[in-house]
Amino acid sequence: MKSSVIVFPGSNCDRDIAVALEKLQFKNKMVWHKETSLPKSDLIVIPGGFSYGDYLRSGAIAGKSLIIDEVIKAANSGCLVLGICNGFQILTETGLLKGTLLRNKNLRFINRDVNIKVINNQTKFSSKYKSNQILKINIAHNEGNYFTNSKHLDQLKKDNLIAFKYCDENGNINESSNPNGALENIAGIYNTKKNILGMMPHPERMVDDIISNTDGISLFSGLIN
Amino acid sequence: MKITKHIIEKHGLNLEEFKSIQKLLKRDPNLLELGVFSAMWNEHCSYKSSRLHLKKLPTKGKQVIQGPGENAGVIDIGDDDAIVFKIESHNHPSYIEPYQGAATGVGGILRDVFTMGARPIALLNSIHFGSPSHPKTKTLLNGVVSGIGGYGNCIGIPTVAGETKFNETYNENILVNAMAVGHAQKSKIFYSKAKGINKSVVYVGSKTGRDGIHGASMASAEFDENSEEKKPTVQVGDPFTEKLLLEACLELMKDDSIIAIQDMGAAGLTSSSVEMASKGSLGIELELDKVPCREENMTPYEMMLSESQERMLIILEDGKESHARKIFEKWDLDFVVIGKTTNTKNLIMKFKNKTEGIIPIEALASKAPIYDRKWSKKKQSKKKIELKSLKKVGLEEGLIKILSSPNHSNKSWVTNQYDQMVMCDTAQRSGSDAAIIRIHKKNKAIAVSVDSSANYCKSHPITGGKQIVCENWRNIISVGARPLAITNCLNFGNPENSEVMGEFAECLDGIKEACEFLNYPVVSGNVSFYNGTNKKNIFPTPVIGGVGLIKKLSKPMNHYFKSEKSNILLIGKTFGHLEQSCFLKENFSIIEGIPPEINLVNEKNNGEIILKLINNGLIKSVHDVSNGGLLVALSEMSIGTNFGIKIQKPKKLTNLTGYFFGEDQGRYVIEIDPSNLDKVVKLLNENNIYHDNLGVTQKEFFEIEDEMKISNKELFKVNNHWYNNF
Repeated sequence: MKSSVIVFPGSNCDRDIAVALEKLQFKNKMVWHKETSLPKSDLIVIPGGFSYGDYLRSGAIAGKSLIIDEVIKAANSGCLVLGICNGFQILTETGLLKGTLLRNKNLRFINRDVNIKVINNQTKFSSKYKSNQILKINIAHNEGNYFTNSKHLDQLKKDNLIAFKYCDENGNINESSNPNGALENIAGIYNTKKNILGMMPHPERMVDDIISNTDGISLFSGLIN
Repeated sequence: MKITKHIIEKHGLNLEEFKSIQKLLKRDPNLLELGVFSAMWNEHCSYKSSRLHLKKLPTKGKQVIQGPGENAGVIDIGDDDAIVFKIESHNHPSYIEPYQGAATGVGGILRDVFTMGARPIALLNSIHFGSPSHPKTKTLLNGVVSGIGGYGNCIGIPTVAGETKFNETYNENILVNAMAVGHAQKSKIFYSKAKGINKSVVYVGSKTGRDGIHGASMASAEFDENSEEKKPTVQVGDPFTEKLLLEACLELMKDDSIIAIQDMGAAGLTSSSVEMASKGSLGIELELDKVPCREENMTPYEMMLSESQERMLIILEDGKESHARKIFEKWDLDFVVIGKTTNTKNLIMKFKNKTEGIIPIEALASKAPIYDRKWSKKKQSKKKIELKSLKKVGLEEGLIKILSSPNHSNKSWVTNQYDQMVMCDTAQRSGSDAAIIRIHKKNKAIAVSVDSSANYCKSHPITGGKQIVCENWRNIISVGARPLAITNCLNFGNPENSEVMGEFAECLDGIKEACEFLNYPVVSGNVSFYNGTNKKNIFPTPVIGGVGLIKKLSKPMNHYFKSEKSNILLIGKTFGHLEQSCFLKENFSIIEGIPPEINLVNEKNNGEIILKLINNGLIKSVHDVSNGGLLVALSEMSIGTNFGIKIQKPKKLTNLTGYFFGEDQGRYVIEIDPSNLDKVVKLLNENNIYHDNLGVTQKEFFEIEDEMKISNKELFKVNNHWYNNF
């Protein structure tokens, strides 16, 4: 399984995701944003961080960078694409995923472990999780408040494109288990073909018991054939 | 332009100092030269009031690779691994502009660490605000916390530990101290000493603007009503550019292109060029029209004194220019050769082929003034607090008062704004005695903690100085790490006041004594004087940042109770010392008497035994007993877990309040499995370690027989509401 991690100036979770992928036996390559071609990959990851300092708007400048055209081409031809945190924001800027990430409801950066529920376990990314499984995953963002129009929201529900929702430790999805104000507690979504996943929580931070837990491992191990 | 008395004073120099400048130059300086002198001779850069006292600190040890005097201290953690760390203050800028002041404080200390070839792996901070009821406190707290977070989160270095305190002594002068810790290969450490003549002096990083001009002199003056006017001297931080600079520098450091490197921190281009030349006993010649500028028509004076952030000065080996240039261009950063090293031992500043200023390097560095300021010994308070004279406060009432106070409330409102997990090596986040950071791709780890005790230092500076070192040592031990070395940030008032200078001298005596005894040397640090406004000086607030080593990290040790029916032991003797305690402060607003005594022998013995117990796997959890005493320590072990305590009062106890709230030093609480009790007690007895068997843990309730019983949930609630309601 070959993976590529796109590195923008200001990406800062690029090393973390590379470590996680290598731990799970991916053959990983780092791809600098000024490149104009992608190595052959089964999975492309757009990592977290503050690409281009998040100036203008989170993900906006990265969404127009040189390499991103290649990412779009690959995604449209079915390659798996995973955007984490800033990567999710970038994917919405490119239009590969719909909707947008607004500022957190409390207007502050939030870093803590939250619970999320696996809503759809029928995709390549989630097949190793049980349906409704509750995971404890770290979040770290300023703009994680997912928003989209009602038509798209209906489509997300109808086509089962909601990947994860924020919940409490017992699985309750409500306002008090919503850390950032995201619409219907949405923590991650798929595109219609379900080959693109964008999520605010950081699964790459949850692959090692000494550091946190191993709730993120199944997301990556599920991708290895 | 004639240099008038007014101009001299505006530069923060006195007439005596101006006369020395005339003598050193054998003529009058021009304005540019005067500016350069003022930047180098101010307190912040020259340490003129502190230098004589700093000399007494122990700075050596087998573990020390580089002590004070470089950009940061370096210690050996075995194999080819070194830890590079330092703490620095950014108090004055943060009071004037809290977000940018705090953010650039973080940026500055990070540069000190990666300048030496280390990848930063952790950030810590110690922030002190005025009374919560002071009208400015809320805005300052908000700004400082988001500034610290804004910088660290963006550059992608975890902020893992720190302290946030409130005390009215900081009403007009908050403290913002930031510490950075980096990891380097021992064989790849970079220094600031220039070598060789005719070597290229290269400017890299951000462009130079007019921000921060005379920032270092601002940090060396007291505040007054007009301080708000100083806003333009506060620098603006750009963590994004710093991230690029960090990656570019580390990339260039992979080979041997760099002779010397120095970040442009306080006093910018002036101090970086002078320091490199001075250390190498060389001269340096700058062509200032080559300096990349952000604004038009900048003068040599402005360029030399600007404190624009995210800039570095590098002296390159011959023939490495195009290689280095390529790296910086890849990261979209400026890379300009702006000068060369010379054998003239002068700082020569040229602009458009005209020499604008010449100053002998030694006049700026080694010939800078040193003052042996007058200082007076602290008069010892003999005040004893008679509990009988006070209203009776029960254990539960007293505990709740402390746990719900601003200084003891749960700080997740603060720490949740910092990314603690990025880099994926944080094995223990804030909230415990010390944070644990794993060395990347290895199974060893370091423990880090910052501590201060301003009230103790105010009432008895020598004891206070000793106590912070010991408290820091204890915190590092409590997570199972061997304490190795410290960095210190010495925040004091006006050194021209003999009482303040006395506090400084005596605190340092205390720090020295403890560091020597514990083999815990000082490898880097920073002095911040003139903290105060209108002649009202802050309490002396030395802050200690310590680093320890965990040789083999299996399961991180922390202070949370792990199970029910464990035995709870108190290590160290309790005398019931209540003067200067949180109990008296929070319940009666009494801050009097002298702090608890430090017994370094017991301190060391108790610490060593705790390390031994942890290393032998005999402890489930451990917590040092500090502010608030035994009861607060026990509650901290319970809060956030499902396990409380069921303990008995010791028999024949005469002073219940003193036993549970006294702040006697050198103590720890440990949780042990009943099956290990005999083994642990035997070990303690063999080593003559005083201990009390307090009782056991139980599910969900926090209980002292015949005195109090409260649910863990309730404790959590009282401990958690203050920040959210502030």
